[in-house]
Amino acid sequence: MPLITYIDHKGNAFEADVPVGDSVMQGAVDNMIDGIIGECGGACACATCHCIVEDAWFEKTGPASDDEKLMLEMSSEMQDNSRLSCQIEVTEDLDGLVVHMPQSQY
Amino acid sequence: MNSDPTAVIIGGSHAASQLITSLRQQGWDGRILVISDEKQLPYHRPPLSKTYLSGEKTPENLLIRKPAAYEKLDVEWRLNTHVESIDRKNKVVVLDNGELLNYNKLALCTGARVKKLAIAGADLPGIHYLRNLSDAEAIKKDIKHGGRAVIIGGGYIGLETAALLRKMGMAVDVLVHSSRVLRRVTAGPVSDFFTRIHTEEGVQIHTREKPDSFEGDKKVESVICASGKRFLTDLVIIGIGVIPNTELAEACGLSVDDGIVVDEFCATEEDRDIVAAGDCARHPDSIYNRFLRLESVANATEQAISAAATMCGKIKPYSAVPWFWSDQYDLKLQMVGLNDDYDQVIIRGDIENSRSFVAWYFLNGKLVAADCVNRLQEFRLAQQMLKNGINPGPEELAEDGLEVRQLLELIK
Repeated sequence: MPLITYIDHKGNAFEADVPVGDSVMQGAVDNMIDGIIGECGGACACATCHCIVEDAWFEKTGPASDDEKLMLEMSSEMQDNSRLSCQIEVTEDLDGLVVHMPQSQY
Repeated sequence: MNSDPTAVIIGGSHAASQLITSLRQQGWDGRILVISDEKQLPYHRPPLSKTYLSGEKTPENLLIRKPAAYEKLDVEWRLNTHVESIDRKNKVVVLDNGELLNYNKLALCTGARVKKLAIAGADLPGIHYLRNLSDAEAIKKDIKHGGRAVIIGGGYIGLETAALLRKMGMAVDVLVHSSRVLRRVTAGPVSDFFTRIHTEEGVQIHTREKPDSFEGDKKVESVICASGKRFLTDLVIIGIGVIPNTELAEACGLSVDDGIVVDEFCATEEDRDIVAAGDCARHPDSIYNRFLRLESVANATEQAISAAATMCGKIKPYSAVPWFWSDQYDLKLQMVGLNDDYDQVIIRGDIENSRSFVAWYFLNGKLVAADCVNRLQEFRLAQQMLKNGINPGPEELAEDGLEVRQLLELIK
């Protein structure tokens, strides 16, 4: 099962085994990881699951879709590697993925 | 006999799922026991009228958290179980089979149930409501390409299911009691917009039609309205609102006023060991300065976080700007704030010809709410403006006012 590392705004790292097919958001929700809320359950409607993908992984997750970008641009913590974690589906290729969670989601 | 302190949660939906997690996060190390009359672990309800009905999502996809996640949290489940009463004096929950469960802290996450239409023929097969997974499963069996559907009610459930059934190849009539769709939740121009879109998509919307009876031999075949009009159909979905489940609270002496009355910490006034969260709770809102009962996922989730803190003896007041969403066809509707009291509506965008606009609501010149259709950026801006009390005027928010980039500068 792919291992994903979630790093909070203070630098604390949380690791979780997330099943292939789940979203990176669901992985956080299932593992009690604060900082990814996922209020709308993955409908790309709330932008409470913003994460910043670590550089080395951004090629594998790919960039945000147009809708995601529109939502993310409204966040003061938006970076080039920002994604909505509900829109990143976990695959075997993402084993080892590292994402950072913005301060505003705490 | 287990002597660990016990938190009992009655109800098993969005609020309960969050409450479980938040209890553990905030340090509850006693037992957590959840009593739910559902057969499944907590699942996302909004997709029931959207991606679940269309077949994109399976029951497993709907689960808010996986079974393994609750195992880690050490939760005891009593699914498919009904509570008979609450004995506050002895701190006991009585199940309908007579079993007694002791609690130290009790959370009421009892939700709401659908309003029923009590007219002749209402128990014919083929007539459905939509609240639970089992309702959605029953509707799915009756959907057939080329068939006819009648939707009763022009609220979100009515319009979302109308959109879905239309997309799945059914002829759809929507019967609305009042003069316009979404009357309770939006301004006239927004209602007109949704009527236009549904009409463009081939749905027939009939206002001022009041169903009087259903007829059919083995199953529903027609809906007869008070006007005398008859609508032939293979399937009926009724979405005319919900009633909060407050009976258990009322019977044990807690204050109820269209919802279980709680304070900003989600505690009931009469009993600090009992909290309520979600559709069933009425809370004092600090932004709008009045008591509100909200029917939304965001409200259930946020209240549960506050309620869990209270159960753990901590203080975490609930204060949030309400928001809701609805998906119909290619429209993403996101509503933020409260628009039940306003004196001015400003439209940004071409509401009459396009599928993208914002309706901004003002009261005495102050922004109180926004309805956004395919305007993800303005929705995010509106959320932050309302949360932080930032108040651009109608001129700034109008179509020829400030650009999104300039509005973003305002809230930074």
